[in-house]
Amino acid sequence: MIWGVLQFPGSCDERDALHACEVHGDGARLVWHECRDLDGVDGVVVPGGFSYGDYLRAGAIARFSPAMEAVAEAAAGGMPVLGICNGFQVLCEAGLLPGALLRNVELRFRCHQVELIEEGTGERLSIPAKHGEGRYYAPDEMLDQMESSGQIAYRYAEGHNSNGSVRDIAGVTNERGNVLGLMPHPEHAVDPLTGSTDGLKVFDRLSQGAFANHGDGNAP
Amino acid sequence: MTVDTPKYRELGLTDSEYELIVEKLGRAPNDVELAMFSLLWSEHCAYKHSRKLLGKLPTDGPRVVMGPGENAGAVDVGSGYAVAFKVESHNHPSAVEPFQGAATGVGGIMRDVFAIGARPIALLDSLRFGELDSVRSRHLLDGAVRGIGHYGNSIGVATVGGEIYFEEPYEHNCLVNAMCIGFAKTEDMVRAAAAGPGNSVVLMGASTGRDGIGGASVLASAELGEGDEAKRPTVQIGDPFEESKLLECCLELLEKGLLVSLQDLGAAGLTSSAGEMASAGGVGIEIDVAKVPLREADMEPFEIMVSESQERMLAVVEPARVDQVRAICEKWQTASAEIGKVTEDGLVRILRDGETVGEMPVEALVGGCPLYDLEPAEPKGWIYGNRATLEVGASPEEELLSLLSSPNIASKRWAFEQYDYLVGSRTVRRPEQADAAVLQLPEAGNAIAVSIDGNGRRVACDPYLGTIDAVLECAQNLACVGAEPLGLTNCLNFGNPEKPAGAWQLDRAVSGLADACNALGVPVVGGNVSLYNEGPDGPIYPTPVVALVGELPDPEQVAGSGFAREGDAIGLVGPFEPNLAGSELAKQRGELKMGLPRPDVEAVARACDVVRDAIRAGKLSSAHDVSDGGLAVALAESAIAGDIGCEANLEHLRERGAQPEEALFGEGPGGFVVSGERSMLEELGATLLGKVGGNRIEIGAGDHSLSVGLADAERAWRSLDPA
Repeated sequence: MIWGVLQFPGSCDERDALHACEVHGDGARLVWHECRDLDGVDGVVVPGGFSYGDYLRAGAIARFSPAMEAVAEAAAGGMPVLGICNGFQVLCEAGLLPGALLRNVELRFRCHQVELIEEGTGERLSIPAKHGEGRYYAPDEMLDQMESSGQIAYRYAEGHNSNGSVRDIAGVTNERGNVLGLMPHPEHAVDPLTGSTDGLKVFDRLSQGAFANHGDGNAP
Repeated sequence: MTVDTPKYRELGLTDSEYELIVEKLGRAPNDVELAMFSLLWSEHCAYKHSRKLLGKLPTDGPRVVMGPGENAGAVDVGSGYAVAFKVESHNHPSAVEPFQGAATGVGGIMRDVFAIGARPIALLDSLRFGELDSVRSRHLLDGAVRGIGHYGNSIGVATVGGEIYFEEPYEHNCLVNAMCIGFAKTEDMVRAAAAGPGNSVVLMGASTGRDGIGGASVLASAELGEGDEAKRPTVQIGDPFEESKLLECCLELLEKGLLVSLQDLGAAGLTSSAGEMASAGGVGIEIDVAKVPLREADMEPFEIMVSESQERMLAVVEPARVDQVRAICEKWQTASAEIGKVTEDGLVRILRDGETVGEMPVEALVGGCPLYDLEPAEPKGWIYGNRATLEVGASPEEELLSLLSSPNIASKRWAFEQYDYLVGSRTVRRPEQADAAVLQLPEAGNAIAVSIDGNGRRVACDPYLGTIDAVLECAQNLACVGAEPLGLTNCLNFGNPEKPAGAWQLDRAVSGLADACNALGVPVVGGNVSLYNEGPDGPIYPTPVVALVGELPDPEQVAGSGFAREGDAIGLVGPFEPNLAGSELAKQRGELKMGLPRPDVEAVARACDVVRDAIRAGKLSSAHDVSDGGLAVALAESAIAGDIGCEANLEHLRERGAQPEEALFGEGPGGFVVSGERSMLEELGATLLGKVGGNRIEIGAGDHSLSVGLADAERAWRSLDPA
C-alpha cells in the first residue's frame, strides 16, 4: 500500500505521518496542497498542524484546497482517508465526516498520552493526544444515527476524555467506513523508543477496511 | 522628558557616546543615522558592559562547527551532521506583555537557528517569575506559557524541556529565556557574512510595520518601572504561520544552494541585520527603504530601518539567482523584495527612492561602540529579602511535603502539557521522565541530550560558585541519560552593570562559567546577555542560565529518573556534600545569606563519567541528580516517577560532616541517586543507601528520620496548578 500525505502551509505533523506511513505500508509521498494528483496513491493521510495558520477556524480554509478536492473525489471512490487532529477538523469542515471539533472544555492546548477504546473490539490503545480544539460535537440525533450505523471508531477510556468530547468520542468514520478522523495521533505511536506502537493498529484497521464491516451496513 | 533633553539622550546614548559618533562621522548624524546608532550602540546589540568579560570564556573544541559570532553555535554529532543551538532572552517584552513577549522570543530564537541552515527540532525554556501568591506573577506565568505553546505548537517544533523558578526578586522583572536546537547536514550550513560586492540583498517574509520600534533601546536597555503600560506598543506581535512558511522557504533555498548568506531580523531589525552582515563580511551594504514592503504607507525611513516586525529574514543572493529565489518564496506564499546590494565601500548607505538619507561607515556603526570596564564592588551581605513560609519547628515529614509542594520543586506538568513535546518523532524522553531531554537522530545513528539550568538563588549567595554549580548540575543531568557534553550556550540575566553590586555579580559569574567550562573541557559556542533586569524593589537574582547539548551513542540505553524495579539497591554516587546554604529549605525558613561551600569540580566531573558510562552500559535502572530540596527530595522524586516506594538510610552522610537535617535537605553539586543491582552499585563505588519497594518513602536520618506515604508525596508534588 502506498500512502499520500497532504502538505498544507502550516502543516506540522506531515513528516511524522510520512514516516508512520513508510513504517506501515510499502511507501509514502507528500502531496502538495495545490496538487490534485493522487496517482499511484492507495490511501491518504490529512495530517495534523495548523493548515493556513487556522486563524479563521481550524480546517476552514484547507477544505477548499485543490488537494482536498482530489481527496473528496477519491474518498467517494472508496479510497481510505485518515484525518489526524487538524486533518480530522479539515475532513469535518469538508463534510466528509459528520460533526465538528470545538475548543477543549478547559480552553487550553494539552499534550498527553491517552488511552482509547476501539469500538466493537474493546481493544485499548495508548496514543498521544495534543490539541486545543479537540472537543468532538454532533447533535444527539446525529450521534444516535452514527452509533447505530457503526460510525464511532474510537472512544476515550474512562478518565481520558480531557477535552470534553460528547459521548467520549475520539474518532469517527463516514457511513461507508473508508474515511476515518481522530484527534489523537497514531502517527506519533509507531516506534517503541518514542512511546508506543499502538498507532500502527489504527493504520491497519483503516487500510484493511475494518470500519466498513460493522454497524448495520447501510453504506452509500 | 523635558523639551530640552537632546534626542540622543532620549534614545539612550550618553553625551560622550554621541560625541564619538560625531567624531567618527565628521559631522552630526541625521535622524536616520542617530536612530541606527542608538540601537546598535545599545547594551542589547553592542554588549558594551559585558563584551570584555566574555573574552574569558573558552570557545574552542574539536567538535565545534560554529562558535560565538554566528546566529547560533553548532557542534558536530558525527556522520556529516551538526546540531545548532542557542538560548536568548525576551525578558523585558514578556514583563510588559507575556503572551506576545514569550511567543516572539520563541520565534526569534528559531530564526537564529534556521538562519544557519539548521531545521529547528526542539525548544526549551527557562522561566523566572515572582512568587505565585502574586496576581501579577500568575498572570505573567500563564501568558508566557500560553505564548510559548502558541508559537512552538503552531510551527511544529517540539518543546521538550525547561525549568521554572518562582522567587520574589523576579516579581517586576520576569525572565523568559528560549532555547532552540536545530539539526543540519554540516555541508548545508551557512554563515551570516555578506560577500560579493554587486550581489543583491533580498528581504523575505512579513511586511514591515511600526511594531517593536525602539524595542531594543527603549525596552531592552532600561530598568522597568512605573508606566510600563505605555511601552506596550513597542512589543512585537508574532505570527507563527508566517514563520512556518518562512522556515520551510529558507531551508529549501539553502538546500538548493541559492543563497550566499542569510541573517534573521531580530532586535533593531534591518539596522542590525544589514550592519552585522556587512561587518562580518568586511563589505558595505546599500538599502533602499522605498523597496521594503510596508504595512503602513507613511513610514519614515528611520522607522523602516529600526522596525522589529517579526518573521523576516535578509539574504544575500547572486543577481542571476534572484528570480529563482523569488519563485521559491512564491511557492511558500512568502513575500520577497530585492531591497539593496552589497557594495565595496565599507559604508551602510540608506536610500529612499535612490536618494541617500543616511550614510555611515560599517566599522563605526557595528564595531565602534565603546566598551566599558565594570566597577565591581562586593555588596556587604545579603541584598535581597527573606520571607519565612515554614516554621522552624516543623517535623521532617512536614518539611519534605512542604518542599515537594514548593512551586520550584513541584511537577511542572501544568506547563509542559501545554506544549507539543512529540512533534518530529525524536522525543525519546518526555518532560520529567529523565533529568535531560533526549532526542534521537536516526539520520546520524545516535541521539542528543539537552538540559537547561540556572538556580539564581544560589548564584545570589555566591555568583562565582553558584554559576559553577549551575554548570555542574547541567553536566550531571546529561550524565544521568548517558550523554557526554559537546557544547554549552548561556544567557546571562543580570541587573544593572553600572551599579557596583550588579557589576560584581556579573564579573564573578562569568569567571565561574569560564572556570567550570575549562574544568569540564566544554566549549562555549554561543550566548546572550540580558542586563538591566531590575524593578522598583531592586535587581533580580543574578541568573546565568546555562544549557548543555551532549551526545549519546545509543538512544535505547537511556535510563529514566524513576525507580524501576522492586528490590533494586539505591546508591549515592559522587562527592555530594549537602549544605543548607542557598537551599530551598533555607529559603522557606527565611534564612538566606551570602556564601556557598566550594565544590570539588574535578571530583564531580569524575562522578559524571562514572554515571555516564554505567548508563551507556545498561548497568543502572535509574539515575537522578540531587538538586533542589536535597537528597530526600531526590529520593521522593525517583519514587514518584517510578510509582514505587523506597527505604533509605542517610547515616553515611555523617561521615561527610552532614547533620541529619543537612543530609535530608542540604543541597550542592556532585550527587547522583542511582538504583540497580547491588553488585553493580558496589562496582561503581556508590554509597549504598537502601532499596526500592513498598508504598512509602522511608528515610533514616537519626533524630530526623521520616516516613511519608507515596500517595501523599505525589499529591504534594503534583499540587502546582496556578490556573
